[in-house]
Amino acid sequence: MREFKILGVVIFFTLLVYWGVEPFAHSQMHPHVAPADFTFKDLGTLQKQGDPKTGADTFMNAGCIGCHGVQSQGMPAPMDNASASASFGVTPPDLSSAGAIYAENFLAALIKNPAHALKVEHKFNETRQHPMPAFYGLGDDLDQEIADIVAYLKSIAPKQMNGKEVFVDACQRCHDMKYDKMYTTSDRETLAGYMGINPPDLSMMIRSKGTEYLNIFINNPQKQLAGTSMPRVGLNEVAQEQVISYIEETGDRKKSQREAIGPKIIGFMLIFAVLAYLWKVKIWRELH
Amino acid sequence: MAHIRKAEGVIDWLDQRLAVKKLAKVMMTEYWIPKDINFLWAMGVVLVVLLKILIISGIFLLMYYKPDVNLAFDSVNYTIMQEVEYGWLWRHLHGVAASCIFLIIYIHMFTGIYYGSYKQGREMIWLTGMALFGIFSAEAFSGYMLPWGQMSYWAAQVITNLFGGIPFIGSDLVVWIRGDFAVADATLTRFFMLHVLLLPLAIITLVAVHFYALRIPHVNNQEAEELDFEAEAKKFQEGKKRESKVVPFWPVFLSKDFFVVGVFMVLFFYLVFYHYDFAMDPINFEPANSMKTPAHIYPEWYFLWSYEVLRGFFFPVGPIAAMDIGLAAFGFANVIFMIFPFLDRDPKVAPAHRRPRFKIWFWLLLIDMIILTIFGKLPPLGINTYIGFVAAISFILLFVALPFITKKDALGGTK
Repeated sequence: MREFKILGVVIFFTLLVYWGVEPFAHSQMHPHVAPADFTFKDLGTLQKQGDPKTGADTFMNAGCIGCHGVQSQGMPAPMDNASASASFGVTPPDLSSAGAIYAENFLAALIKNPAHALKVEHKFNETRQHPMPAFYGLGDDLDQEIADIVAYLKSIAPKQMNGKEVFVDACQRCHDMKYDKMYTTSDRETLAGYMGINPPDLSMMIRSKGTEYLNIFINNPQKQLAGTSMPRVGLNEVAQEQVISYIEETGDRKKSQREAIGPKIIGFMLIFAVLAYLWKVKIWRELH
Repeated sequence: MAHIRKAEGVIDWLDQRLAVKKLAKVMMTEYWIPKDINFLWAMGVVLVVLLKILIISGIFLLMYYKPDVNLAFDSVNYTIMQEVEYGWLWRHLHGVAASCIFLIIYIHMFTGIYYGSYKQGREMIWLTGMALFGIFSAEAFSGYMLPWGQMSYWAAQVITNLFGGIPFIGSDLVVWIRGDFAVADATLTRFFMLHVLLLPLAIITLVAVHFYALRIPHVNNQEAEELDFEAEAKKFQEGKKRESKVVPFWPVFLSKDFFVVGVFMVLFFYLVFYHYDFAMDPINFEPANSMKTPAHIYPEWYFLWSYEVLRGFFFPVGPIAAMDIGLAAFGFANVIFMIFPFLDRDPKVAPAHRRPRFKIWFWLLLIDMIILTIFGKLPPLGINTYIGFVAAISFILLFVALPFITKKDALGGTK
């Protein structure tokens, strides 16, 4: 009985220390923030019903392809990566998959006012303009035109994508994924100038930040890291889940192996402990 | 020269040359341990198991680790964690065992303090134990640097910088330790050497001395009863096992230890596979970056109490800077346990529950160190700084009071 009392004391103080240095300390260092919002409530909802056919024309007339490529539609990027980097600081994204991976109200808001939708208004202003100019419309109803463009982008977007493809379209313009031999498409020097610092390699992000943090951060970086130059990415829930699992597959490739052999080794030690107990009882029986 | 006859078997052959039978008796079957003990007496064997895990996993990690600031991070996080078969397992074992070994060291240490197992002939056990604690700390610190992550770099920066506070030689000493003006490649390679060669050698040597130091004064027991080991051993050998107050190390004592080790290993492997962040800080999975200071820099949990003693003194007193007071207090915290046996003025060996004042002192010390540990990790803001200060002052005052409290207990007599 006395041993259990002592064990209770040891466990109590061990757990107290654990609670203090882990959950409690982390709650103090990283205050709780609201969960990811995939409705992008602050950007409102799309009011107009877009028409992809009209949208295709609007898209061409609006001058999007002056900077962006749409590979899937046979429209290559107008500049190679080096010159695009030099002109914009970062390579502009190819829009083939934009309709599939970004939330539609985010896309609409982005076309209307990039710095606002991307939450980088602290970086860009009248004197330092965002490299993507706001779209002021072709003369008709602006919201209708934007809804049409979004409808067009959605109509050409692939139905199925994997995590790595989402990474290529949504992240790789700035970030490396060294452990999967993926490197930024932008020129490092101009990119560092554009972002203020070279964006980090994402190979080990799953271990350094964890799923929960990444989910909130990608959805709205300002919530976790106020003032960061990383824009809000605007991925919809499905695409973001895919890209996070890609980050996990790259940074924690052995997770399934770890989880598969864990129970076996723990089970082995349980059996060991039971056998050791029986042996101990046998040996000590003649001593008391 | 001994007379060598034809051997009757392998054991006999060895016995004639190495006296293995005598050796087995001395080390195992006739090494007498008191019977009146509890599972806390098994912590030594748990520590041996953890040390073995650290050495074996360390050898495997050493085969792929590259001590170079440009290669270290990837050699750990890519080569070892992803490319090498079960490399991740060796690393998780190594990291989690390093953290767990400190938990058990603290339990082992507080057991010694509680039962008074550091005096009346047992001083050498305590002194070698505390020396081991010090070297393990250096081993842990140097090992933490090797993955060359953000915490590796910044902990190295902060801790090596502490030596700068030593009067006169401080700034030269910092450069001498780092091997460079800043924490850099030379720092990494020398701490690598310390981690894989010099400190492990010292640890293994000291462990042997620590074990040897137990043989003459013998292991203590729950009631601190002074036993006549020879008489009790004789009873045991005569078959009066129930009556005898001692048991042989093998198989009796170890049979209990194996069980305790088994239970502990279940917890240990659970941590290795499912709950390792406490031992492998996520921030250290970001590569070292001298241009980017992490928002929060803190040492591993087992250093937090002494770190908080350092940080607790946050204001200058007269002409003495806050940093210097903190450093002096930090130095105090790191040596005071060493001289514990000489601060205890009560010559009688007794468990804390039979020493009325010491009992209160013991629990106060434990609680104070837990408060220091918890606040050592929190950002030093607002009320935290004051709690840290009070806890740091209390730590020092507790040790200042120890000789008087124990003296009073001695005069008052134990229960």
